[in-house]
Amino acid sequence: MTDTGWIGSVLTAARPRAIAALVRYFRDLDTAEEAFQEASLRALKAWPRNGPPRDAAAWLIMVARNAGIDSVRRTVRQDPLPPEDKISDLSDAEATAVERLDAADYRDDILRLLFVCCHPALPATQQIALALRIVSGLTVQQIARAFLVTEAAMEQRITRAKSRVASARVPFETPGAAERAERTAAVTAMIYLVFNEGYTVNIAEHGARAALCEEAIRLARLLLGLYPAEPEIMGLTALLLLQHARSAARFDADGAVVLLEDQDRTRWDRKQIAEGLALIDKAVRHRRPGPYQVQAAIAAIHARAARAQDTDWSEIDLLYGTLERMQPSPVVSLNRAVAVSKARGPAAALAMIEPLADRLGAYFYFHGARGAFLRELGRNDEAHIAFDRAIALANSPAEAAHIRMQIDRLTAKADRRES
Amino acid sequence: MQYAILCYHDETVTCAWSKEYDDAVMAKLGVVMERLARQGKLGPVARLLPTTTATTLRKDREPPLVVDGPFAETKEQLLGFYIIDCASLEEALGICRELGEANPGGAYEIRPVGVFFDSPWAAANAPL
Repeated sequence: MTDTGWIGSVLTAARPRAIAALVRYFRDLDTAEEAFQEASLRALKAWPRNGPPRDAAAWLIMVARNAGIDSVRRTVRQDPLPPEDKISDLSDAEATAVERLDAADYRDDILRLLFVCCHPALPATQQIALALRIVSGLTVQQIARAFLVTEAAMEQRITRAKSRVASARVPFETPGAAERAERTAAVTAMIYLVFNEGYTVNIAEHGARAALCEEAIRLARLLLGLYPAEPEIMGLTALLLLQHARSAARFDADGAVVLLEDQDRTRWDRKQIAEGLALIDKAVRHRRPGPYQVQAAIAAIHARAARAQDTDWSEIDLLYGTLERMQPSPVVSLNRAVAVSKARGPAAALAMIEPLADRLGAYFYFHGARGAFLRELGRNDEAHIAFDRAIALANSPAEAAHIRMQIDRLTAKADRRES
Repeated sequence: MQYAILCYHDETVTCAWSKEYDDAVMAKLGVVMERLARQGKLGPVARLLPTTTATTLRKDREPPLVVDGPFAETKEQLLGFYIIDCASLEEALGICRELGEANPGGAYEIRPVGVFFDSPWAAANAPL
């Protein structure tokens, strides 16, 4: 724990609110960002000496506003800067008086900022990059590493997003109630994508990308704070927490993927599970189910099972059935089939996925699951063919290695039978 | 005299702590708590989940109103608390309604407990 360790957390926590207020003030992402950057640097100097201000966000907004104005002025004509200590000595009382941030302002500011980042004029990849850069405050280098692209490419992606925001005349106003619901759905979709980007199956990328999962959770909590009574946002936050809780158990010592049923459940993060379960419990009370809530409910069943064999697969089958009706997709049906194989046996599961062959023929998981069902039915030759297809379609060496293990088990079984 | 120590902090900050930082803080608190427990001075300790998990029962009206989120008013003061063990939020709300009937007015905030250390007084002088 370094001396400035606490400052990092305070800056991270204050960032969304401060940036959001600065965007309202300057109506420009770059100016707001630069001003915040400058204020953070001054905080690093002033806070260790004076201690943290009572309201860190208000302090940062105040100092950043002055800094932003200075830099705008500087680019126009070279005016002298005001003395530094004028700003460092800013007392809390002044900050509060100058920048009265009531709860409503705060809510609108952050919503406006999230809506700007998730504007429909931006493709999803740009929305994600912009939100991570502007709202979460990740560096371009961190984002580039997480998305496995060069820093220059990510810089360009973010610059494009910003210029599109500027040229599309994305309004820095908060939209009306009707548009709000739609735009909020775009924000939840963005957060879910950020999480999935981080939820990698490749151990080599795990370190750089796991940060994305944490950012997604932070963004979900932020959104939930703005919509405390919205069950789908509770569901989304719960889903992310329950999935992320398993992250320490997802890879073995060699970096190979460990399937849910083989994971060491003592390594699951109990605190995150408790928070996820509490949120899904809250969401259910509203009796307004949605896809995130259903997926969270499925994750909750896994979280509640102390051992893999305690899993309530019939309940998971039912929940996937609900999800199929809400969001029909062959991938959801495939997931349901896995639950069906546990609850009702491999024959029922196989019958369920055979009609999906057309649409999922190029999908690694389809052939992997099909192979597993066939093996359970003792149809080993067909299982072998399915596993071979899966290996050919594997997205990573880890996935291929996992299927090879299945084939080894298959041949071991055959050997035993022959001997 | 028994004292309750109520812990306040900005949860966006504590949620921004890295796992290492969080573990280190808990370890340092653990040292103090262990000594207090050995001295028979420590009762139950709870670390609550974030306020996003909270539900509030306003019992200043009939029937009481359930709202999502923490208790945010400032004109009431914190006067006491219960720790209850329930299977669900619904059950907890049922208990709160019952308590509220016995004592209407004000509100109950129902917040899940994340970490619970049961260090009852009876542990005094017992080797840990």
